Amino acid sequence: MYENPVFNIGLTHFLIVSALLAAAGVATILTKRNAIGILIGVELVLNAAAINLVAFNRYAWSQKIDGQMFAIFIVVLAAAEAAVALAIFLNYYNIFSSIDVEKWDELRG
Amino acid sequence: MPLLAQQSDVFAPAAPFLFYALAALTVLSAWSIVFSQSIVRMSVYLLMTLGGAAGFYFMLSAEFLGAIQLIVYVGGTLILIIFGIMLTSKNPFMQLRPATWEVFVGVFLGAVIAGGLILSVAKTAIDVSRAPVPTDYTRIQTIGHALLTKYLVPFEVAGVLLLVVMIGAAFLARKRAVSGRS
Repeated sequence: MYENPVFNIGLTHFLIVSALLAAAGVATILTKRNAIGILIGVELVLNAAAINLVAFNRYAWSQKIDGQMFAIFIVVLAAAEAAVALAIFLNYYNIFSSIDVEKWDELRG
Repeated sequence: MPLLAQQSDVFAPAAPFLFYALAALTVLSAWSIVFSQSIVRMSVYLLMTLGGAAGFYFMLSAEFLGAIQLIVYVGGTLILIIFGIMLTSKNPFMQLRPATWEVFVGVFLGAVIAGGLILSVAKTAIDVSRAPVPTDYTRIQTIGHALLTKYLVPFEVAGVLLLVVMIGAAFLARKRAVSGRS
């Protein structure tokens, strides 16, 4: 049974899942009008990259932990970036009274 | 010898089932975010996607990372996103719908990216080493030791970054005189 590549879970399976997640993230960034929806799409892309890194670490370089360390820093940076992005969105919401990105049509100096 | 079940042969038959269950959860939730209309539903689907990713980390012998994902990403970043939704929604059932052609273009571009990545992965013979996973693979001692020796600079820089982000976000979101546009 494990000779069938469908059941022998290898590196390729995880890379395909990561590719589908990245595609979903890009589609979310492109189609959402809610600014927080765009932020959710960015989180999806970051998660796809982290799964990719950990899969490569486990399969192609299993004596080291560098992929996991990179993924840990991805988690940290995603949290920091979400905080700053939400602070900026709050400012835009206060100025334009809407979270719709199509209404955000002016830069404030 | 199945690659994923090298560490524990007892669970060897469960590896494909577990992988496909987690993959279905993660990928279906992620694509539900694309087609969802309500921002709160998108947050719930993101929660399921992040949980599925944490399951993948546990499968890939990165248990510490899986725990960090659940604590920091689900319990921190997702909660932050929900706070943002609460603070910026005038109408809880408001739906911002993009035009249909925009959805088609977005999904088409996502499919192009997915197709390109999957084709490049499927056509490449990736040399996967057969080395078994060492027994101290994800011991906290290994990760802690690496954080203080090999990854010391990123560790300290991440600390400074978090301090700057705390100060910056608190300053950006401070209360000020309301200047709404009519």
